Amino acid sequence: MRANPPELAVRVRGLRKEYGGVAAVDGIDLDIAQGETFALLGPNGAGKSTTVEILEGYRHRSAGEVSVLGVDPAHGRLDWKARLGIVLQSTGESGQYTVREQLSHFARFYPNPRRVDDVIAAVGLEKQAKTRIGKLSGGQQRRVDVALAIVGRPELLFLDEPTTGFDPEARREFWGLIEELKSEGTTILLTTHYLDEAARLGDRGGVIVGGRLVAVGRIDQLGGAEARVPLVRWRDEAGALHEERTERPAALVVDLAQGVGGEPRELEVIRPSLEDVYLSLVHAAATASATAGTARELVVMHTEKMHTEKEGEPA
Amino acid sequence: MSIISHGVARTGYETKGYFRSPDAVFFTFLFPMLMLGIFAAAFSSRGDIGLGPGSPDHVSVAEYYLPGMLAAGILLSGVQNLAVDIAGEKGDGTLKRLGGTPLSPVSYFLGKLGRVFVTGVLQAAMLLVVAKFAFGVALPTSTQAWTTFAWVFVLGIVTSALLGIALSALPRSSRSATAVVVPIVLVLQFISGVYLQFSMLPAWMQNLASVFPLKWIAQGMRSVFLPDGFKVLEQNGTWDLGWIAVWLAVWLVVGLVVSRLTFRWIRRDA
Repeated sequence: MRANPPELAVRVRGLRKEYGGVAAVDGIDLDIAQGETFALLGPNGAGKSTTVEILEGYRHRSAGEVSVLGVDPAHGRLDWKARLGIVLQSTGESGQYTVREQLSHFARFYPNPRRVDDVIAAVGLEKQAKTRIGKLSGGQQRRVDVALAIVGRPELLFLDEPTTGFDPEARREFWGLIEELKSEGTTILLTTHYLDEAARLGDRGGVIVGGRLVAVGRIDQLGGAEARVPLVRWRDEAGALHEERTERPAALVVDLAQGVGGEPRELEVIRPSLEDVYLSLVHAAATASATAGTARELVVMHTEKMHTEKEGEPA
Repeated sequence: MSIISHGVARTGYETKGYFRSPDAVFFTFLFPMLMLGIFAAAFSSRGDIGLGPGSPDHVSVAEYYLPGMLAAGILLSGVQNLAVDIAGEKGDGTLKRLGGTPLSPVSYFLGKLGRVFVTGVLQAAMLLVVAKFAFGVALPTSTQAWTTFAWVFVLGIVTSALLGIALSALPRSSRSATAVVVPIVLVLQFISGVYLQFSMLPAWMQNLASVFPLKWIAQGMRSVFLPDGFKVLEQNGTWDLGWIAVWLAVWLVVGLVVSRLTFRWIRRDA
């Protein structure tokens, strides 16, 4: 075990995870600074959950170096776990306890817990504090998950698809809660399918496709400047469709208009959204590994499915 | 020691959760009382159970079945309840969540053991009260009998709890847990002298039952609650208290080792 430079909460080098000789995670390097919120994006079965579960200490890696808060998760002890907060992808069922009972119980495990009432207020469940968790709505149960993960005052918080199934209002409230934790200096590793969520919460992000990190950087710079160059599209008088990428779309449109002597047909100026950039990244990476990756993707899809669905079937 | 204090906290939490789960309470807590009532009512018209004509030793049906029901309660509270419960916690993500907290697995087990002990004691107390006041069973008065009761009960309940934890590794999913565990527990009860009079079973079945712990728990309880003369009905014509201790201790160690080797917070991959 080697201590990180103090500014790094997570340091990963050459991480690999194989299932039956097939790589689900295939050489990932990743740094997350202390206090940073990092958003991990990627399609289902890309290796997100496997990566996160290795960092959380749930799974052992096949190769590579991993350091989380200065500790190798494969040898993480209880005092290390006390510094983490984990929101799993699926909700645990402890339906016969009330919100307050459950939080008070979990708070005991930690050396320096937050006040239970403060946590209940932070997740907006004051009115449900004495309600059994089994009687709460799905969104409210998810807030209990978050409350349980933050009651121990974690330095590093893992959020695995925390807002799946939320309505838009609940999602915005949840974002507010996470922003509060950010402002308190909590380091956060978020995996999500929602690009707006990644953009809103993430200081930086990365895209995993086929077990590899294909892009890392500030969310608004993912994919590089090239991927964000506006696109001008129009149809010429002969009916052919034209597309041109340009940093100066207004100038191009003026030129076009002068050339045609009027309105170009079907004129569009498209500024690629985060979603466009993301989809092109995923598509490019998937195409590049299509020949080599078919078998791997099947295995990865299978294993991730087993992780994410309620565990029940044999591994 | 936070491991111990967390174990105590877990015991309270677990016990509360147990009594809020109606199916667990019915099938593992109240069941032996229900069965005692059924047996007493069903067979009471046949009169007392005795050693034969002319023998002074005879007991009522309720008195005869009380030791078996106490033994069954120990088995249900430990093996059946914990095996199904822990397999369920594995399946619904409860264990995975606990595995991500600084709770020691030892504290988790202490909580399970503590819960089984608390519910087992309450169950035994209720059985004795029901037997005495509802069915007029005369309970023993000697210190020696209650000492035997105490050690058979404690050894039995701890062994039963550990075997429950060990057995929880067997069901491949939480959905199949009941289907895997209940038949094992049920067959044991039939061959070990809980529902059927042990002395009336064929020798091969008695020998088979002697491999498993329930027969020994039931035998220990019979030694406490039946007249001493009934020992002639046992396999060796004696209560064999020494062998009861040995066999239960062996199964306790087996349960401990298997639990230690098979328990995981999550199903680990290759």
